[in-house]
Amino acid sequence: MHYDFSLPAFSARFIPVWRRNFLVWKKLAGSSILGNIADPMIALVAFGYGLGSLLPQVGGVPYIQFLAAGTVCMSTMNAATFESLYSAFSRMHVQRTWDGIMNAPVALEDVVLGELTWAASKAFLSGLAIMIVVWILGLAGGPQSVLVLGVVVLIGLAFSAIGLVVNALARAYDTFTYYFTLVVTPMAFLSGVFFPVQQLPGWLQIVAQLLPLSHAIAMARPLLLGQWPAQPLLHVAVLLLYAAVFAYIAIVLTRKRLLT
Amino acid sequence: MMNAPTENLRPSGAAAADAAPALDVRDLAKSYGDTGVVNGLSFSIPRGTCFGLLGPNGAGKTTTLRMCLGLVEPDGGSISLLGHAVPKEAREARIRVGVVPQQDNIDPDFTVEENLLVYARYFGMRTAEAARRVPYLLEFANLESKRDARIQTLSGGMKRRLTLARALVNDPDLVFLDEPTTGLDPQARHLIWERLRRLMGEGKTLLLTTHFMDEAERLCDQLAIIDHGRKIAEGSPRELVETHIEPEVVEVYGDGAVRWMQGLGERAQQLASRIETSGETVFCYTRDPAPLLDDLAHRHDLRYMKRLANLEDVFIKMTGRELRD
Repeated sequence: MHYDFSLPAFSARFIPVWRRNFLVWKKLAGSSILGNIADPMIALVAFGYGLGSLLPQVGGVPYIQFLAAGTVCMSTMNAATFESLYSAFSRMHVQRTWDGIMNAPVALEDVVLGELTWAASKAFLSGLAIMIVVWILGLAGGPQSVLVLGVVVLIGLAFSAIGLVVNALARAYDTFTYYFTLVVTPMAFLSGVFFPVQQLPGWLQIVAQLLPLSHAIAMARPLLLGQWPAQPLLHVAVLLLYAAVFAYIAIVLTRKRLLT
Repeated sequence: MMNAPTENLRPSGAAAADAAPALDVRDLAKSYGDTGVVNGLSFSIPRGTCFGLLGPNGAGKTTTLRMCLGLVEPDGGSISLLGHAVPKEAREARIRVGVVPQQDNIDPDFTVEENLLVYARYFGMRTAEAARRVPYLLEFANLESKRDARIQTLSGGMKRRLTLARALVNDPDLVFLDEPTTGLDPQARHLIWERLRRLMGEGKTLLLTTHFMDEAERLCDQLAIIDHGRKIAEGSPRELVETHIEPEVVEVYGDGAVRWMQGLGERAQQLASRIETSGETVFCYTRDPAPLLDDLAHRHDLRYMKRLANLEDVFIKMTGRELRD
């Protein structure tokens, strides 16, 4: 069986696909926002203050301030991943919503792009909500902290794209448990969410350098504390590259799955 | 594009039939691995007519439809859909096409009305434009009272009608119907048929796949029987019955039917031109049923009935009696 590697020809028809998901979300927005935010917020406050009171300063700041950037990035990653796995899989495989959409003049790449931008939008809301809590608790260090929201956008795009690749390969919801336990959770531990990457053994630090989440945190942490990251262009480029490459792979694999 | 409501007069089927065909398929081929699913299929649908694609399960009907919509790339052949080359210009062609898929894929997260409005946006229609069309679509689908109903509360027939209404949001010229009445009760089927005839009255072109022969006989102007991805017969339902099969059938059934047939011996050829058995039933195809009925009149242990040959007899003759799974 052959794959169709042709470059995607996106059109503005991805917008109605995005909007479809937005309309459904709007119906249940209240409970959805609460569920998205309660969990990371409780973790931030409990670990930050509870565990933080036992710790000396981490990375030169109180632990809760250190943890804040990690929590923003991790919950953005989780929100993008959940939406591009479970929710997208329901629409693609269980409800066959994508099949219906593709009978209209909407191409597969528009459906995938609509889902990608939607998952990234939902992830943005998650990151934004945590940032609001960060600002309210006075954990942010300066005006640069607003730019963390830009990092949140990049995390959303990168992890939605990666999630849609997993979605295209999934046989059932069970597949996603593996992805979370084998990829997402280890990535959080290796990328500096809970402790500085410098604490890892040397070879693991090299691995961490390749992970999109560590690039996101390497930007978000100084910005949140009111400082400038050392290599912003590198981090932005890595996250955009992850988003673009995985979006392309997701389209090729989804074509194979739905259009043969 | 869709400003005019469909209540407007459209050209009648006969007048529009002179124009270029709505769908023209030439030498279409598709294989998966070594298995040829569609093997050199050609057919053409004049505008304003209903064309039926008939075949047993696995004959290649759905694959053919998906290729015509540009969703599966053919290995060979050409497709012209409403003047657009497919798959190259499939997106443009689909602007004027409606699709009723085999499996309902109505959006379960929306109400009846929301389903129509959301689907209209995939065609680039504005909300106001789509909203103007909703009353007509709800009336067409007989779902006026279900406007705000959740999808989970609809019966199978209602869901099917909503799928049909959804296929009409863009006021299409051509509607693809993939087994539109499978799984419906007789009342629900008759309502769908009535609506499909109404669409034909409005000058729309229909492409229908089905394995209900009565459905094909009622609705189709022309039909093709396909099996193993090849066309094995084509014509109007009446032509197919006249050309391919004896006009009358006597069905003999019950415990003794097969033994009775075996007992006929030499006489069988005089009584019927063709005799087939399927399980406990013997089908005798004939031009003159009188001698056969005389013979049967003396047999009080057998049950039988005489009827006119129909499309199903043609279909069975051409595709065989063995089960397809």
